[in-house]
Amino acid sequence: MKKLKVATASLAGCFGCHMSLLDIDERLFTLLEKVELDRSPLTDFKQFGPCDLGLVEGGLCNAENVEVLRELRRHCKVLVAVGACAINGGLPAQRNHLDVRECLTSVYGRTVPDDPELPLPLDRVHAINDVVKVDYFLPGCPPSAEALWHFLDDFLNGRTPHLGHGLISYD
Amino acid sequence: MKGTFTLDGSEVPFHEGQTVLEAARDAGRYIPHLCAHPEFEPHGSCRVCTVKAEGRMAAACTLPAREGLAVESATDELRELRRGLVQLLFVEGNHFCPSCEKSGDCQLQAVGYALEVRSLHFPQLFPDRPLDASHPDVLLDFNRCILCELCVRASAEVDHKSVFALGGRGIDKHLIVNAESGRLADTSLSVTDTAVGVCPVGVILKKGRGFTVPLGQRTYDRAPIDAPPEKAGKP
Ligand code: SF4
Ligand code: SF4
Repeated sequence: MKKLKVATASLAGCFGCHMSLLDIDERLFTLLEKVELDRSPLTDFKQFGPCDLGLVEGGLCNAENVEVLRELRRHCKVLVAVGACAINGGLPAQRNHLDVRECLTSVYGRTVPDDPELPLPLDRVHAINDVVKVDYFLPGCPPSAEALWHFLDDFLNGRTPHLGHGLISYD
Repeated sequence: MKGTFTLDGSEVPFHEGQTVLEAARDAGRYIPHLCAHPEFEPHGSCRVCTVKAEGRMAAACTLPAREGLAVESATDELRELRRGLVQLLFVEGNHFCPSCEKSGDCQLQAVGYALEVRSLHFPQLFPDRPLDASHPDVLLDFNRCILCELCVRASAEVDHKSVFALGGRGIDKHLIVNAESGRLADTSLSVTDTAVGVCPVGVILKKGRGFTVPLGQRTYDRAPIDAPPEKAGKP
C-alpha cells in the first residue's frame, strides 16, 4: 500500500505538541509503516511536497508563520490545527490586549532589533483558521499522545475522528 | 399535581411547579446548562439548556413541565445551537485553560467537552480585563466571567451582602464589585461566603489553593458532566 505523506509545522508554539506526538512511543513504528514524513521539524526537508495530511502546531505571531502556514495549506489535502495555540493563539496570544510596540520597547528599550532577516511580528497573535481553512481541530495544551494517536488511527483508517471523554481537553 | 412529559421520546415524571430542567435532573437525565443551579431561581440567560417543545425553542430551565409535552434535547440541531453558544462564551472572554486553576472543575469546559467543541469558530475579542487581587483570600479573574449571575444571586439571597452585580449592557455587560473603590478588598466578602464557591468557571478563586488537586484528577477528569448521576462529576 502506498504510504500517506504527512507534513508537520511548528509555528508560534513551544514544540510541546510535537513532543506529544513522539510520546505515542512504540506506536511510532506502526505509524511509520503507514506514513512518510515530508517537511517537518522531524526531518530536514526545506520544502513541502504534495501531502495527504498536514499537522500544525502553534498560532501566527509573525509574517513567517503566515507564509509557512499558507505554503503548507497549498500542499495538503487535509490540514489539522493541533493544540491550543493553533486553535486559539494559546499562550502567545496572552499579549493580544497589549500594544506590540510597547511590548517590544519595554523588552528592548530603544534598540528594538530591525534586521531585515527577522520576520515582522503581527499586531495580534492569530489562530490558524483566521488565515487558512482548517479541516480538523485537535485541542489540548498539548493534546495527549492518546488523543493524537486516536486521531491518527481514525484518519489512517478512513474514519471521522471523534474525541470522547478523556481525549478532548483544553489544557 | 403530578404528570409525565417526554424527553427525546422517553417519559420523565414531574410534580407541580417543576421546570423541564428540574424534572429531567431529578430523573437523572442531563440537559446541558450553565447559569441554572438547583439552589437558585432559574435565570434563563445562558440559553445553553435550549430545547424544542411543540416546534418552539425554549430554555428548559424556565419552561414549566406540562402533562404530555414532547421535549427534544439530544438532537443534532440543538447540539449545534448549544455548541455555538458555548463558542460565543469562549470568544467573548479570555479563556486560557492551561493557566486556569479551575481547569478540570470548570463547567464551561465540561459542557464544551460534552458537546465536543473543538474549535472557537468565531473571531476572539481578546478583551482587556485586569484582575482584582486586592482581597487577602479571594482572587477575581474577570477574563473568564460568563455573566451567569450565580455569584450575584448567592451574595444577595444567601450571604445577604450583595457584593457582586452586573453592570453595562449588551457586549459591554460585565461583573462589578459593590464598593466605591470597585475593589473586592473593600467589601465584606469572606472566603466562606456561598458566592465564593458558586462560580461555575474560574473567576472567583480561593487564594493559596493552586494545584492542590493535580490536573487529570479533577471533577470532570474523573467523569464527564453528562454521565449518569451516580458517576457524573459534581462541582
Ligand atoms: S474558566 Fe474554564 S474555560 Fe475558562 S479558562 Fe478557566 S478552565 Fe478554561
Ligand atoms: S463571576 Fe462567576 S458566578 Fe459570577 S457572573 Fe461571572 S461566571 Fe457567573
